[in-house]
Amino acid sequence: MDWQGQKLAEQIMQIMLLVSAVISFVAGYVLGSFQMMMIIYAGGVTLTALITVPNWPFFNRHPLNWLDPIEAEKHPKPQVAGSSKKKGSKK
Amino acid sequence: MHSFGYRLNGLLTFSVTILAIMCAIASLSDNLNSRSPSAEIQVMNINWFQKQPQANDEVSLTMNISADLQSLFTWNTKQLFIFVAAEYDTPKNSLNQVSLWDAIIPAKVHAKFWIHTSNKYRFVDQGKYLRGKKFNLTLHWHVMPKTGKMFADKIVLTGYSFPEEYR
Repeated sequence: MDWQGQKLAEQIMQIMLLVSAVISFVAGYVLGSFQMMMIIYAGGVTLTALITVPNWPFFNRHPLNWLDPIEAEKHPKPQVAGSSKKKGSKK
Repeated sequence: MHSFGYRLNGLLTFSVTILAIMCAIASLSDNLNSRSPSAEIQVMNINWFQKQPQANDEVSLTMNISADLQSLFTWNTKQLFIFVAAEYDTPKNSLNQVSLWDAIIPAKVHAKFWIHTSNKYRFVDQGKYLRGKKFNLTLHWHVMPKTGKMFADKIVLTGYSFPEEYR
């Protein structure tokens, strides 16, 4: 996921969990059934998990621009296992 | 939210926290319930009333207990635990409470009932003070919730007394 996607996923998760909590509580209270509240809430949590946790493509609409491999080859990493202070400079 | 595991952890933690808040609100909603229980106990018979050898008084009685406790049930009630206690005072103890019978009511439909029974638990005094003693029979109930605070209350029925002599 990209940065925008991560923020979107977090927002969707929080809002969906709160909404399913409210819906399940109201439904349970009106029906007088604690079990219904738990079932509806569990369904809401599962739905939220399916939507926000996996790495769906619509979370990746603003992909990051990584450097081309050519650019990285111009500044190779040192092979010696000592100090590795050499960094590539970006253009 | 940087990886699958990170998001999954965040979701599970948040969902469980919200569940805890929902259960707390469900428990608070029990206070909105207006309760109107009623009960009546008749002592049908004193079966026997003896003094244990070298020791304390003991009595066995048969009661007819009828009650309507349906208004105590809410959506958040798991069961109702009720018991009948005899209360009286003696020169030795200022208050004696002896539990005679108890039951668990698992559902609202069972909460309106009557039962003809002898005392489930032995009624033994700490001493020999029961002859001619006046006592109250109290029906206690504990409303046990599915989640949250348990309520307990009682109805006191007065006017019962033991016979003057052993029999």
